[in-house]
Parts: sequence; C-alpha cells; structure tokens
Amino acid sequence: MEETIIEFKDFSFKYNAQKKPTLNNINLKINKGEKVLIVGLSGSGKSTLGNCLNGLIPFKYEGDITGSCKIKGTETRELSIAELSKSVGTVLQDSDGQFVGLNVGEDIAFALENDNVKLDVMKKQVKEIATLVDMGDFLEQSPLEISGGQKQRVALAGVLVDDVDILLFDEPLANLDPATGKTAIALIDELQKKTNSTVIIIEHRLEDVLYRHVDRIVLISDGEIILEDTPDNVLSSDVLIKHGIREPLYVSAAKFAGVKITPDMKPSSIDTFKLSKDDKDQILTWAKSHMEIRKKDETTLLEGKDLVFSYDEKKKVINGISFEVKKGEMFAIIGKNGAGKSTLSKLLVGFEREDAGTIFLNGRDIKDDTIYERGKEIGIVLQNPNQMICNTFIFDEVAYGLKNAGVKDEEIKQRVEETLKICGLYEMRNWPISALSYGQKKRVTIASILVMRPKIIILDEPTAGQDYRHYTEIMEFLEKLNEEGQTIIMITHDMHLMLEYCDRCITIVDGRIYFEGLPSSVLVNKEITDKANLKMTSLYDLANMIGMEPNDFTQSYINAERSLRHARD
Amino acid sequence: MREIKVFSYVDKGTIIHKLSGVSKVLCFLILTFASMFTYDLRVLLVLTMISLIISYLAKFPFGRYKAFLLYFAIFALVNSILNFLLAPTYGVEIFGSAHVIYRFNDFYVLTQEELYYQLCKIIKFLSIIPIGMLLFYSIHPSELASSLNGIKVPYKACTVFALALRYFPDIQKDYNNINLAQQARGIDSSKKASLSKRIKNTSKILIPLVFSTLDRVELISNAMELRGYGKAKSRTWYSYRPLQKRDYLAILFCTLVFMAVLFMRFAVVKNLFWNPFI
Repeated sequence: MEETIIEFKDFSFKYNAQKKPTLNNINLKINKGEKVLIVGLSGSGKSTLGNCLNGLIPFKYEGDITGSCKIKGTETRELSIAELSKSVGTVLQDSDGQFVGLNVGEDIAFALENDNVKLDVMKKQVKEIATLVDMGDFLEQSPLEISGGQKQRVALAGVLVDDVDILLFDEPLANLDPATGKTAIALIDELQKKTNSTVIIIEHRLEDVLYRHVDRIVLISDGEIILEDTPDNVLSSDVLIKHGIREPLYVSAAKFAGVKITPDMKPSSIDTFKLSKDDKDQILTWAKSHMEIRKKDETTLLEGKDLVFSYDEKKKVINGISFEVKKGEMFAIIGKNGAGKSTLSKLLVGFEREDAGTIFLNGRDIKDDTIYERGKEIGIVLQNPNQMICNTFIFDEVAYGLKNAGVKDEEIKQRVEETLKICGLYEMRNWPISALSYGQKKRVTIASILVMRPKIIILDEPTAGQDYRHYTEIMEFLEKLNEEGQTIIMITHDMHLMLEYCDRCITIVDGRIYFEGLPSSVLVNKEITDKANLKMTSLYDLANMIGMEPNDFTQSYINAERSLRHARD
Repeated sequence: MREIKVFSYVDKGTIIHKLSGVSKVLCFLILTFASMFTYDLRVLLVLTMISLIISYLAKFPFGRYKAFLLYFAIFALVNSILNFLLAPTYGVEIFGSAHVIYRFNDFYVLTQEELYYQLCKIIKFLSIIPIGMLLFYSIHPSELASSLNGIKVPYKACTVFALALRYFPDIQKDYNNINLAQQARGIDSSKKASLSKRIKNTSKILIPLVFSTLDRVELISNAMELRGYGKAKSRTWYSYRPLQKRDYLAILFCTLVFMAVLFMRFAVVKNLFWNPFI
C-alpha cells in the first residue's frame, strides 16, 4: 500500500488582491517517494501550487482557501511556515538571491541556526550535508566566488539539513546554463535515491527535466489540473503543445514528420525512444525535403577586432576576440555563465572600454564615441526590465530617450506611436507600467530602445524566465523586426533560442571565440558543447537513429520550425 | 564594473584575527570606556601606544586607509579650530592658569593651556580610532553579528546588519547597470552635467533601483522564512567562535588597563585632567 504524503482535495485559492481564484478545484495525491513534475505557463498557477505546499500561502501571501490541502495528514493552514519547513524543503528559482549567508557554510547552516542547534553539532552536520552535494571543500567561499550551479547545490544543502521528506524545486533550471542544468537534474535524482524523499519539480523546460526518470507529469492551466499521467502517456498526446508547453525536440521532430507517437514507443527519453523502420524512413524523407539554408546580406555592419579586456588586470575576461556581424543578421553570442559574453556586449555599447583592439561600426572606429553616442547606434536591452524602466507610463517610458535627445514633441508622438504599434503595445499606451506582466515590461524596454532607431539592438538573455508561450511571443516579435531589416545580437544560453532563430553564432569559452558559424553545427559537436557548458540536443541522437548527418538534420528541423511559424502568422 | 570591497575583512591569521568576535567587541568597548574616563595626557599616550601595538600585531594596513586617516586629521583640526573660536579660554578655565602665547584681541587669546587641552583631545581620538577601524578589519561580518547578539543586541537587528553587507555588492552592481543604461538613453549623471541636472537625473536612477531592490527583498525574506527564520526567540550562529584561553587573557588585559586608568583618575590625579602647569 502506497502512503499518501500530499493530498489536495477540492482545493481552491484566491489571492486577496485578485478577483478570480488562481487555483481552482485542485484534486491531487502525491505518494511518498514519488517524483512529480508540474508544468504550466507562467500565471497558470503552478508556482502558487508550490507556495501552498511550503506555507508561503496562506501565511505570507494571504487569500481565501476552500477545500483541503494536507501534508502528512495535517492541514497546512493549521501549521506555520516554520513548521512546514521541517517537512517541505523549498529551493527557489534564484539561487543567488536566496543565498543568505556570507559564505557557503553559513548559508547551509541557516536553518540550524534558527533551530538553536549547538555550534559543534551544527558544524558537523553542515560538513556532512555539504559533502553530500559535493561542496565540502568550499565552506569558506563567499557567494561571489562560486558558480551558479554551485550556488544551487548550496541552496539544496540548505534545505537538506532539515531532513525534509519533501523537496520542492521552483524552476530549478531557470538561471543555469544547459550543462549545469543537466548536472542539477542528475543531482536531484541521486539525492532522491539516497534520502528516499518525495520530489516535486515545477518547471517548464520539460525535456531537460526528463533527462532523468520522472514518475508523473501534472499539467496545470488556468488554475486547473488538465492532466496527470506518466511521461510516456503525456508525450503521446498533443495536450502539452495545446497548453503552450514545449515538447522535447526529438518528439516534435517526429511529430513534424507525421509519425504517430504512442506510449509503447517510450517517448519520455531519447534513450528509450523506439522507432520502427517505417517511422525512421518517414522522418528521413521529411528531413531531406527541408534542407535549404537562408542567405542573408553580406555587408559587415559591426566588427570587433582583437578585443582584449580585463576588470582587474590579472584575468583577461576578453582575450583576443574578433568577429563580424552582418547587416540584417540575427546573431547569437553563447557560452557558459562567466565566459565573457555579457562583458563583450558591454564593450560594444561602451559601458566598459577595451584594453586593446578596435570596434568598427560601418567601417568607422567608434573608440571616441561616448556611451550616449553609441547608444544611438547600438541599443542594449538589459536582462531585467526593472533595471531599465524609470517612468510611470508606457508612453513616457518609450518617449524618454527621444525627449533626452531634444526631439520635437510632434515627432516624438509619431515615432513612439509607430514603435508601440510594432511592439503590440499601442492599445496600452496610456497604461501605468506597473499593470504589466513581466513579458510585457520586457517589450516596453525593447520598444524604448527601438524607438531610437539604432542600427543594432543587443538583447541580454531576452527570454530568461519566460515560459514557452511568452518566449515564442518575444522571439516571433524579434524575428519580425529582424525580417524588416533590424540587426539583432542576442546573448543567451538558451540553446533552443539560438537554434531556432539565429543565423549565426559565436561561442565564447574563457574569453576566446571557440566556434563561429551556423547554430545547427554547434549543438551536434560534442567537443564544443563540452567546452562551452552547452548540451548536445536530442536531435543529434535522433539523426543518428535514422542515419542522417546530424548537422543537416538539425538544419531541416530549424527550417521546418520556421516555416510552421510563418504559416501560423 | 570593478569590484569594491566595502567591508574589508581579510583573514590574515594574526593573533588578533584568531580572537573570538565577542572578545574583540568587548575589548573594544572596554578600551573605549577607559579612554573616555580620562583626559590625562600621560594615560592617553599609553592607551594610544597600546592601540597602535594592537594594530601592528593585526598587520593593519594603514596605507589602504590613507583617505580615511586624512579625513580624520582634517576633522580633528577643524574641530579644534572651532573650539578655539567659540571658547578660546576653555583651557584656562580648566587649569586655572594662563600662559599667554599670543594675544589677538581681548577675546581671542592663545594660551599654552588651550593648546594642551586641544592636544589631549586629539590624542584621545587617536587612542580609539585605530582599534575602532581594526574591529571592522579583523572581524568577519557574520561573526560581528553573532558577537553583537552575544552582548544582547536583538538577533533580528544583527541579521539585518549581516544581510546588508551580504547584498551591498549586488545592489551596487544593479546601480551601475541602471546608471549605464540610462546614460545610453541620453541621461548624463557624470561630472559633465550641471549639479541640478545631475540631482534630477540621479533621481531617475532611483526608481528602477528601488524596484529591483524591492524584488530582491521579497525574495530574501521568503528564502529566510522558508528556512525557519524568526520562529524562535533566539538563534545560534554558525560563525560564532567560542571563547578560548587567549580570549580570556585579552579581556583580562583590557580590564586591567581599564582599572589602571580608573586608579590614575580617582586615586592618583583625582581629577579628569592632569595639570602640568603647577
């Protein structure tokens, strides 16, 4: 007899600030030792569901609860956040922001400190747990000195010290590069086996989570559970796509080719995925009919030559980088966290000055241009829109740069309105920005740069923290701009984004360019992906299964994706 | 962005660094009190010597704090001049004699007594400043927080203090990013713009800074509550170092210094000041 550890029964929750309930009539049972993946769009209620488990709801975010939510047989609303934290350990999305200690040991010890655990016992326990997540040798390190993946390990250790039965991960992959994300999923899996805990992962990057076995997928949409089933069953239906969740690449490639996916093909992992001879032929024929490559303008717009830069004169963050961006290109700069890609973008817009080397725009050396002068030619959109928005209303925010430049009011009005129309914000032009969603805010920041009519727009992680639907929305918008001739540079570690939308890319490893060329060639090359902390796509394995050159197969997939997108418009 | 170290804690492994945070805070307080109880130049000089010897033992890098020391020197000088301007004969009143050096007019008379009084005051500052700076230099912020809690400062105040130090670099980074992005959109908050414009422009940076900081605060407070922060009346500290023999010795030493000062003050000189003019 399996033991139920979490049980929602006719459970609904409405935030005080909202009119409609965010969770509606949830019925869900999770057994002890199970591993459950909760998927859904942003705003679907999946994070709210997680917060109901750890007690942030109703103790921190107040609202009306109807029905019941029991953990180990007790109603959560009769406990407190602190009591619940003994059963449910939560690892939040932002592993940097949740690092509350001044060094690793202290952060892991935080829960023990609050429990008044004696110092010698605490030290011993911290050391043990740190060793369990491979951080035993880093106890003295400050958060500034360790990587994103290591911070996540620390966060995990910080909840494991409480000896919890349930581990809750809220979008654990959001801030990690692909290879680190893969390691994180493997680590979660190992820990679950060692500690025999129940694991709940809230994430929309389905394929990455399915890298290790998952017992059940729960799909949430508009506050309701649409479906709960084994991964094999879920992937055999079309329900994910319908609700804006991206399927694993190999599954969508097979579906593109018209192959019918059934549970007995074991589609939950590329390693178990079985295709019949007919299916393979069908995919091969499909792929071969989609192989052409788009040609673009060959005029060089921006050129970096032998760029060198260091923050402290010791370590060269940029160590001799040369590259060219063509006019009208969608260009990607990729590499692991800390490889130097953001620094490179800062050099391009003049936020930092290169120690050596030259940057040419249209063949002109722009060394002597100020940040503002460069800003008119090369606009940059920061990752966090809250770091850019400084006006209350949408119109003013978009008009801001033009006003500073002393453009006449009439022209401002005309240009802002035109830009707002392109960005799909025209209807909302008189809205306060605070009423917008994160994705909409992002569009406002893009509009506020676009209105300056720069020759190039640089976007730092344009889709970070966005679910597939919003990701598609932003990227299709950028693609439209690009088709109208806008040159776009993107800094990203999202491999799908690069693969599907970019014409060319450079891969930076330790301040040098390791690879330059077509996106389809990067992710099928093990040497490059290993070096740059990227991850080979499952398309590579699928290509091998059907006996086609992975490079070509990936390109076919990209082309098919694109034409499908265009057909939709 | 170049990294700036706000809290310059560096573990140099000296005997001073090895002392527990509690004993460091206590020693600092005792020595400060000692210095507050006397205006005896001889005693103050001894205290200053002790203070400098401790700094030397801790390998305190005076060179790195040049700006601060200069600021202090200017402050002390201005303070003395203002004192003289407001009450030029205060020294005479204290010591009951007047050895005139120079007579500006009937009100402003420069006397040896006044100079001696000001000298005492500066030396008094000097006896405290090095160990004060040393405290911040030789104690890990978390340990300081735990030590403050050890001397009965409420633990929530102590964590706020430690967290401020933890997140300061992050917020500074935010500020830099925002500032640069603003410049790219035509806002000049550099020295080239006029002062009124710069103030106005800086306020434009504050809006995004406040919003991104509020996001951060919400996240941190969630993270802390989810790990049981604030549920009990007390908490223990990972960074706390229990007292050892050397800590007791250090506290004993400082207490003896304090007693010696009191002895000089109440049994020997029997006055706040030591009067060299009689």
